[in-house]
Formats: sequence, C-alpha cells, structure tokens
Amino acid sequence: MTALTTFRFDDRDVPYRPGQSVGAALTACDIRSWRTTPREGRPRGLFCGIGICYDCLVTVDGMPNQRACLVLAADGMRVTTQEGVGER
Amino acid sequence: MTGADVVVVGAGPAGLACAVTAVRHGLTVDLVDAGWAVGGQYWRHPAPVEGADGAGAVTAGEVAHLHHDLPTYRALCSRLEEAVAAGRARTFLGHEVWTVGRRDGGWEVAATQRRAAGGRHAPGGGELRVAAPALVVATGAYDTSLPFRGWDLPGVMTAGGLQALLKGHAVAAGRRVAVAGSGPFLLPVAVGLAESGAEVVGVYEANPPTRWGRHLPAVARNVAKLAEGAEYAAALARHRIPLRTGRMVVEALGTDRVEAVTVARLDATGRPRPDGRTTVAVDAVGVGWGFTPVVDLAVTAGCATTRTDDGRHVVAETEGRTSVEGVYTAGETTGVGGAALALAEGERTAYSVLADRTGHDPDAARLRHLDRRIAALRSFAAAMAQAHAVPAGWVDATAAETLVCRCEEVPRAAVDHALRDREARDARQVKQLTRAGMGWCQGRVCEAGCRALVADRIGRPDRSAATERLVAMPVRMRDLLGTP
Ligand SMILES: Cc1cc2nc3c(=O)[nH]c(=O)nc-3n(C[C@H](O)[C@H](O)[C@H](O)COP(=O)(O)OP(=O)(O)OC[C@H]3O[C@@H](n4cnc5c(N)ncnc54)[C@H](O)[C@@H]3O)c2cc1C
Ligand code: FES
Repeated sequence: MTALTTFRFDDRDVPYRPGQSVGAALTACDIRSWRTTPREGRPRGLFCGIGICYDCLVTVDGMPNQRACLVLAADGMRVTTQEGVGER
Repeated sequence: MTGADVVVVGAGPAGLACAVTAVRHGLTVDLVDAGWAVGGQYWRHPAPVEGADGAGAVTAGEVAHLHHDLPTYRALCSRLEEAVAAGRARTFLGHEVWTVGRRDGGWEVAATQRRAAGGRHAPGGGELRVAAPALVVATGAYDTSLPFRGWDLPGVMTAGGLQALLKGHAVAAGRRVAVAGSGPFLLPVAVGLAESGAEVVGVYEANPPTRWGRHLPAVARNVAKLAEGAEYAAALARHRIPLRTGRMVVEALGTDRVEAVTVARLDATGRPRPDGRTTVAVDAVGVGWGFTPVVDLAVTAGCATTRTDDGRHVVAETEGRTSVEGVYTAGETTGVGGAALALAEGERTAYSVLADRTGHDPDAARLRHLDRRIAALRSFAAAMAQAHAVPAGWVDATAAETLVCRCEEVPRAAVDHALRDREARDARQVKQLTRAGMGWCQGRVCEAGCRALVADRIGRPDRSAATERLVAMPVRMRDLLGTP
C-alpha cells in the first residue's frame, strides 16, 4: 500500500498512513530512535507503545516531550530528534 | 444531558461492559478514555480518520484478523452508539484523566485532551471536567518489565508494545522478532506478528509448562481457555514459530539499536545457565512479564489497595465497590485476569452502581451467573500468575551498569549501593537515594525491577505501599490554565 501522506523527520520525508502515530510510522520506515538521553546521550525510541513509559519522547512542530507512540502523524508535521531534555 | 449518573474512566472491555450495562438499566453515563477508539488494550483499534483525510488510512477491517470475539466488541460498540444517540451516554475519547477528586458529594475527573488526527492545526490541549455521583475506575494494566542487559536499546520493547503497534497501527515492530518473558499473552503477539509478515525467530517462555500441573482444577473450570491454548499452539506450528520453554532473553546486543538477543536456558531454580546460550539476530524484541494494574486514580481517590501473591498492587473491592463510597472499579485494576474476566467484572460493577444509586434490585439470576463466572476466571488468573511467575534468577540477566530506571538512567550498581551500603529497605527509600522512579514515567516502568531488587536483598517481598502518583499523567501547565 503506498502512502500519499508524509511528515518531516529531521531531514527526510517519512510516509505514514492516516491514523498511525508518529512512532508507528517511523518504525514502519525502520527508524528506531528519535531521542537521546540527558545523561548518557543514548538513543531511545518506542518501548511500551501505549503512553506509559515516556521513552519515545520527541519534538513535534517545535514542541518537545511529545510521546511519539500517541501523537498521530499529520501531513507536513515537523518531527525532530530530541536531544536530552529537549530545551534548546 | 448535564451531569451523568456515572462517570467511567477506561473504555476497555471492563469499562465498556460497565457503561453499556448501566445505560441499559436506566442510568446515564460519561465514558472517558485516552485512546481514540473504544476497546482498551484487548480490542485496540486504529484511530478513526474521517473524510478527505482518510485516504489510505489504517482500517479496523485490516486488523480484524488479530482480534478475538469481535462480535461481542461490535455489540458493545453499537449499544454505546445507540446510547449516545439517545442522549443517555457521552464519550470523551482522546482524553487522558490526570486526576479525580470529590465534588458536590460525588466525584469529578479532570482530563486533558490529546491532539486529534491532523490536530496540529487544532488548539493544543483543552481541559475536560465531568462530575457524577458515581465513579468507575476501569483503567486496565500495562506490561510488567524487568531490566536486563541492553534492554534500553531501541528495538527492545514490551510484548504489549508489539501488539499495540499491530492492532493500533498495522505495523510490525521488525522483520525478525523475538518474543520473550512469560505468560500465554506471548502467543497471540507472536502469531499476530507472523500473520503481519514478520519472521518470529522464537517465543522464549521462561516457565516450563509443567508448572501448570498443580493447577488442573482451575483449568478444568475454564475449558474455553484450554481451547484458546490449543488454537495458538496450532497457529504457532502453522507459522513455524519455535516455542522454547524454560528460556529467557538475558541480553540485547547492538550499538544504537538491537541487532541480536542472547537466550539462556533456566535451571531448576530459575537461574539462567551459563552454558548452552544462543545468540539470535533480530531487529526487534518484545519482553513481557505479565501486567501491572493501573491503580493510580483509585489511589488518588483514597481507595484501599491490596497486594497479590506476586506483589502487584490491586484495588480492594467487593462486587466492584471499593473502600471509598461512590468509587467503583472493574477489570485489571482488581487483579490481572484478561478480557473475559474484565467483561464480566464490568457488568457486575454496573449492577452494584445501579443497586447503590437506585435501590433497584437487578436480575438475581444474572448476578449469580456473573459471580460464578468471575470466581472461575479469577481462579484461572491465580493459577496463571503462579505458573508464569518471574524466574528467581532474573537478576542474573542484569549487569552492574544495566539501567534499572530508564528515565533517570540509574544503573543497578546505584540501587545495589543504596541497598547494601545505605540500607534502603523498600522501593521508596531506593527512589530517594538513587532517583530511580523520579523521571517522566514516575516509576511505572522501574517499580517492578526496584521492588524485585529490594526483595532479593531483604529476603522477602517489598511490602511498602502503592506508589502515589498525584498526577496520573504529566500535564502541561498551559492545559491546566486553559491557554493555547
Ligand atoms: C499493551 C497491551 C496489549 C494487550 N493486548 C492484549 C491482547 O492482544 N490480548 C489479550 O488477551 N490481552 C491483552 N492485553 C491484556 C489486557 O490487560 C486485557 O486483555 C484487557 O484489555 C483488560 O481489560 P480492561 O478493561 O481491564 O483494561 P484495558 O483494556 O487496559 O482498558 C483500560 C482503558 O483505560 C484507559 N485509561 C487508563 N488510564 C487512563 C487515564 N488516566 N485517562 C484516560 N483513560 C485511561 C486506557 O486508555 C484503556 O483504554 C494487553 C495489555 C496491554 C497493556
Ligand atoms: S512508547 Fe512508552 S510512552 Fe511512548
């Protein structure tokens, strides 16, 4: 199934199907991490998949600390890797 | 409709059954759930997308094959829709309840609204407050996780997380996936992945099937569960998925994402054996050690909790009534037992609300049937908890540098130090000394690991009280203040 809709993740376009979360669409694209941890700078992505663990935090349209497993992907959305606590 | 008779938090099997039963007997209901579709975890469905935006959307139809007992789900959904159309019920989906409190002799829930599909144009957030004389907490459960080497690598998920990706988004978490931990839930996850085109390299079930031998009476009372088991065994064989019992994943390997897992056999005492380990290439792995009930809102409301034999906190209740007047519960919050039990409990709890609100004596024969069914399913759940306990030697799968708390990046060495040198004796003291449990998830993920480390140290279970999370979900100030 070809997706016609895309959002921007850092410097690439990621296709998604309406109804999918940002985290699900990135996973379908084989992208597994979109955050680095504050202390050790380690990559993180989905863990619980249901909004409990907050491992999947990401910056969406400039707003940090959004749970990628819950935020629904939208056309033209700008998703950026979140570094540390996400404040620039 | 202003002010319903009952507000139900959670639209999983328990909350749905409760809401629909309450409406059928003349009560009005407000049903609040964080998800975009009703169904909870068991009947998780994709977020519905309507109109022009819907081209190519994930549909309920394409995930139907992953589901069981959909006729029951559809019947509940259509009764709920009828109730909404008739002005007898309101549903607030995409609303995360962050607290509950007393209001005018009843209960009020406060929720923040999540952004809808394409909702980046919608004003962010928005707050909902609904109050009713009766509150039903049917908030379900989440996967219980324990730390192991490399578990913080991207691609390592919970078993439920794999399932949520499949059912909610029609996405397989990887192309080569391992499923591990313990419990019958691992089987549908593996089958669902295989049906979705992933290669499942193995299901690594820590407990040997012989552990069920002691619980044959409980199994005999629940023949439907046996049939379900046989169905999954056949499906595993059909998809050539190896089921390896008495084994656990002791390490996830990789630099920036999981590339392989190491699997060890467990000895008779539940310790991973050093010999005969195998390393299997994967690009995703899901591990689940059963489920932890979500009791936060009930705890906030002041409801008493008890602990099950395996140390999990559950809301204390009788026929759905908690220790606090006007507050009820149903489903996994009363102890993990699966969807069939959640359905029965949801209906039972509705009858208790009905009796308390109206003095109306519901159908006695139906109540007897429900009580029998609940008792049988609970006996099965108790047997399952014992047959699928965490192996005693789980800690051998961790190293000193393995993170116990993923949020605050607290390694096991720090927890060991708190336990050995600072004499911490429960998870709360460990938290104060190490920050484990102080991060974004408020200890939801690391609590099981912390409590298990405490238990290993003190030689008995950590019996300290349930963690109080006054804010069930982190909320943004701007949502509370109502500013966009
Ligand atoms: C990720 C996951 C996947 C699972 N998949 C399966 C499966 O495929 N098969 C199976 O047999 N069992 C599965 N389970 C087990 C599951 O616990 C039961 O099968 C069943 O769903 C329990 O029903 P319930 O109504 O008690 O709770 P749930 O189905 O968990 O429903 C609880 C509902 O409450 C909502 N909720 C919780 N807190 C809040 C809040 N603060 N504000 C608003 N809403 C809230 C949740 O969004 C959820 O919809 C899964 C569990 C998890 C955690
Ligand atoms: S994956 Fe756990 S909160 Fe998103």
